[in-house]
Amino acid sequence: MTMSQFNSAERLGRSGQVVAKCLDEGRPAFVGYYSVGYPHVDNSIEAMRAIVEGDEGRGADIIEIGMPYSDPLMDGLVIQRANTRALSRGVRTKDIFTAAEAVASLGAMPMVMTYWNVIEAYGVDAFARDLAAAGGGGAITPDLPADDCAEWFEATDAHGTDRIFLIAPSSTDERMKMTMAASRGWVYATSVMGVTGVRSQTSDAGRVVVERAREADPSIPVGIGLGVSGGDQAAEIGAYADLVIVGSALINCMTSDGTDMPYDLAALRKLSGEIAAGVERSRK
Amino acid sequence: MTSYPDAKGHFGRFGGRFVPEALQAALVELEAAFAEAQADPGFGAELRRLQRDYSGRPTPITVAENFSKQAGNATIYLKREDLNHTGAHKINNVLGQALLTKRMGKTRMIAETGAGQHGVAAATAAALLGLECRVYMGEIDTKRQALNVARMQLLGAEVHAVAAGSRTLKDAMNEAMRDWVTTVDTTHYLIGTVGGPHPFPYLVRELQRVISTESRQQMLDEHGGLPDYVAACVGGGSNAIGQFYDFIDDAAVQLYGFEAGGDGIDSGKHSATITKGTPGVLHGARTVVLQDDDGQTIESYSISAGLDYPGVGPEHAWLAETGRAIYEVVDDHDAMEAFRLLSRTEGIIPAIESAHAVAGAMRLGKRIADEDPEARPKILVCLSGRGDKDTETAFDWFKLSGEPDHTVGA
Repeated sequence: MTMSQFNSAERLGRSGQVVAKCLDEGRPAFVGYYSVGYPHVDNSIEAMRAIVEGDEGRGADIIEIGMPYSDPLMDGLVIQRANTRALSRGVRTKDIFTAAEAVASLGAMPMVMTYWNVIEAYGVDAFARDLAAAGGGGAITPDLPADDCAEWFEATDAHGTDRIFLIAPSSTDERMKMTMAASRGWVYATSVMGVTGVRSQTSDAGRVVVERAREADPSIPVGIGLGVSGGDQAAEIGAYADLVIVGSALINCMTSDGTDMPYDLAALRKLSGEIAAGVERSRK
Repeated sequence: MTSYPDAKGHFGRFGGRFVPEALQAALVELEAAFAEAQADPGFGAELRRLQRDYSGRPTPITVAENFSKQAGNATIYLKREDLNHTGAHKINNVLGQALLTKRMGKTRMIAETGAGQHGVAAATAAALLGLECRVYMGEIDTKRQALNVARMQLLGAEVHAVAAGSRTLKDAMNEAMRDWVTTVDTTHYLIGTVGGPHPFPYLVRELQRVISTESRQQMLDEHGGLPDYVAACVGGGSNAIGQFYDFIDDAAVQLYGFEAGGDGIDSGKHSATITKGTPGVLHGARTVVLQDDDGQTIESYSISAGLDYPGVGPEHAWLAETGRAIYEVVDDHDAMEAFRLLSRTEGIIPAIESAHAVAGAMRLGKRIADEDPEARPKILVCLSGRGDKDTETAFDWFKLSGEPDHTVGA
């Protein structure tokens, strides 16, 4: 067994350890994004289970529990539509923690993806505390500047949860270094300049941004998100990224909007299985 | 002069830059471009030339002698931003940002608009300077303000209706921000108010500041000294910050912002962000926000589309917290009453936005007369825009029939 290059427990936090373990198995980690509360508050956890289990018992290693927000700056149409519906159907911040507990009990690592105001409104310390108590690994905060969030550092350090910040192709080397030093667990690289959503071809910018990130800070894994739609793309990205993050393509499986859950869940299991298989063969 | 914002764009605990990383580089670029432009005498000269020859600055101050009779013992001075080209203060901001866009070598501008005034101003500047322009407007607003959609199209801009969320101004801002993330290499996002991520609150303030720079001097030169009170309406807050800014260091001048009270602040249907909101992050800045316990934005309401916004510029949040400016609420009813009164007594039809400031000044004048009958206060009011665009709203509100009073010659 080869040990991954990532070996600082302090830098890897909770979720980075999961990634390092996958890398030790010779593959990147598969991160599946799914919105809590969609299609409904009481059945979004079923969808998360489908993503973890796949169709052949092999699915996501990490579930990125998306918290719907009224004014998302980065969500593409697919996620935005699902999240608007989840809000109108009554999803609350506290539902995150129920979902995190469920994901953890399935053996996957729960993480949260949320716009900052949701955390601030809940209470910064309370959010980190309740996430840790629910078994959550940490939170991805797409609109929180890594150089201007002292309170979040305090809370995440106090409760031992990870802080995942974003880097982009447009980030300067200096900013990339700063952002990665601020992160614990891993860093989220957006591979294209744009909002979330499926793209038929992955961009070469992904490879470049990962290379730049490794140069900036080799101590934490680098995940690639935005644009992954299926197994082949996952295999392609998994060849160079430490985490392959899939979101809109999974939400897209929910074609019935909850009116035919068995059908949607079957599609979700199939796609998760495909992506897991793509990730599995990416470094073979 | 106060040195806010700091290097990270903070006004006290407000402000900042809460945006996806993909936009950070563009905001840094904009900040640097504006700093260079301010140091370049050529930029200032070109902006002043456009303000004078194109927009019609300086705008005058009108002493509203007839209307003042409704305001206790106060004299109301109107800073006539309504006389600008395109009919409002919005042009001050767009001319500066359009020049910056060219300076940065970008060829395209995008803008968000509520009532359509900022969209029209943006389309105007784009036409003048040969820039491509797309305006995002909430779907509901495109229906409320179809005339402004047509105006923007006449000016050569493309108007995109936003059907997401509450389908109003805040959703148009989200959509513009999303466009910008994708097109930042060629595109400048021309924010219309003193909100959004740093450096926008600072940049827009500096461009709107001409309102107070001019009017402060006009009061000193032509009206016997500084005003005792300065009043403006506050939605996002760009005319208000422009009207306040040069008076901030004049400790004797009291600053009053008037927010839209809609159906009344206890009705839940209002846009009184400072009065009823709580600290939070919206559209890239920490400010005060109308939000629920989970931090989800609550939809705002006002008869005035330009004030119908659930956030406010971070500098206003800070001025309110420090007590340097006082923010009060004017509801739909009082604003429309002032709209009618100013039209009848002065022959000036104000924008309904500006009518909130006029109503607030009138109430303030009466209050001062009650408290101190000897006082003869001077109240300077920013008449931020003209009301031609609001004819239809007024038609409905006053239940005008559109019928002539008499028919003769039959």
